[in-house]
Amino acid sequence: MKYLDEYRDGKLAQKVVNEIRKVQTRPWVIMEVCGGQTHSIVKHGIDFLLPEGIELVHGPGCPVCVTPLEMIDKAHAIARQQEVIFCSFGDMLRVPGSEGDLFSIKSQGGDVRIVYSPLDCIKIARANPDKMVVFFAIGFETTAPANAMLVWRAHQEGIKNVSVLVSHVLVPPAISFILDSSQNRVQGFLGPGHVCTIVGYSDYEPIAERYHVPIVITGFEPLDLLQGTLMTVRLLEAGRNVVENQYARVLGREGNRAAQKLVEDVFEVSDRKWRGVGNIPASGLQLRSQFREHDAERLFDVGEIDTKEPEICISGQILRGIKKPHDCTAFGTLCTPQNPLGATMVSAEGSCAAYYTYGRHLKKEPELVSIAAPSPGGVA
Amino acid sequence: MCLAIPGRVIEQFERQGMRMARVQFGGIVREACLEYVPDAQIGQYVLVHVGFAISVVDEEEARRTYELLEQMDQLSELDAPEVDEARAGGKPQ
Repeated sequence: MKYLDEYRDGKLAQKVVNEIRKVQTRPWVIMEVCGGQTHSIVKHGIDFLLPEGIELVHGPGCPVCVTPLEMIDKAHAIARQQEVIFCSFGDMLRVPGSEGDLFSIKSQGGDVRIVYSPLDCIKIARANPDKMVVFFAIGFETTAPANAMLVWRAHQEGIKNVSVLVSHVLVPPAISFILDSSQNRVQGFLGPGHVCTIVGYSDYEPIAERYHVPIVITGFEPLDLLQGTLMTVRLLEAGRNVVENQYARVLGREGNRAAQKLVEDVFEVSDRKWRGVGNIPASGLQLRSQFREHDAERLFDVGEIDTKEPEICISGQILRGIKKPHDCTAFGTLCTPQNPLGATMVSAEGSCAAYYTYGRHLKKEPELVSIAAPSPGGVA
Repeated sequence: MCLAIPGRVIEQFERQGMRMARVQFGGIVREACLEYVPDAQIGQYVLVHVGFAISVVDEEEARRTYELLEQMDQLSELDAPEVDEARAGGKPQ
């Protein structure tokens, strides 16, 4: 076992699809929360494999997508400063701000670097003591422990020229926000497997109970997603509003205690604005005051930033599962990954970008790259 | 963004007081921090996200899930339709 290829087996996928067909008696709308799941679903055509009446809608779990435009502008303003080495994960570099992206800042002479791990910033800071290394600390609960470790190590080792621009968001408040809407269509969730690897899933149990929705914590491979869908349909059909765990090979109910501890030591819960959605109370993380010397927002006063999003963009409704990319008149015409107008097109994990990448802007139901019926060349 | 990939721990070492490992992903070997999975052993698979191992893959559980999938639908396999062609956009490629 390598825990990867085995979960892409077309024959097994067909068995699971057949099982869903047997279990299902009526239509259901299920949301996959995480952008990585959305990408996998669209890439493998899993939504088209499912029996008619099982609709997958795509959730808000892409941190690049939901990072507010003003935060991106703030990052760019910092990255343009002479004394700064601006470090980021690769997926933020092409996200356009009000003026250009991090790549264009780099081409104009800014020192912008892609890092594999936040800890790389410590090495860079040591090698460049006369520069301030700023790391763009975005992400959900999955990434918070890595970013917390950067801050913790810099603090412990007295490395003063490391700071972080924090834009951390949390999943459970976003799920509650979706379910609170009068327009909500979602009846069950595929929960975010890697977020729950860190935090466990006990926080999801009160949501399932309060809003009467089943939640199945699910992995990212095609078979994971199909099995998670099957488990969700079973719970929906039985009227059981509980949390189940499809991804048991990776996580348990308690999550990773060591990671939770450091995140709690470094960050505290705060309100956050989500791009396309707006402010959600207690939906993010900010640095605790004892780490303020590593807080880039405090160290760099970039002034008031005023941004304006295009009115045509419906990403806010897409992120909440109310609409899909094809419902937008700009999708694939005015709005493309090269020229994104809003949240769900700016990252490969946004549902509009995933639909576009896999050819769904060309027609409503494209030829599928099906895992159940692979081509002789073995596309998957 | 929340992408995490399983890889096999092939070597453990310490760097500036931090537990680190070399982890093999197919043909690629990269370093990962083991601070969050202190019990990880050489030979085990860990799930790595942005340079941090965040979980040790439970082999027993993985096998159980897989067997469950394999056993699924065993009795009624013959009478199940191959693929839902109308929704799958015509002939298989």
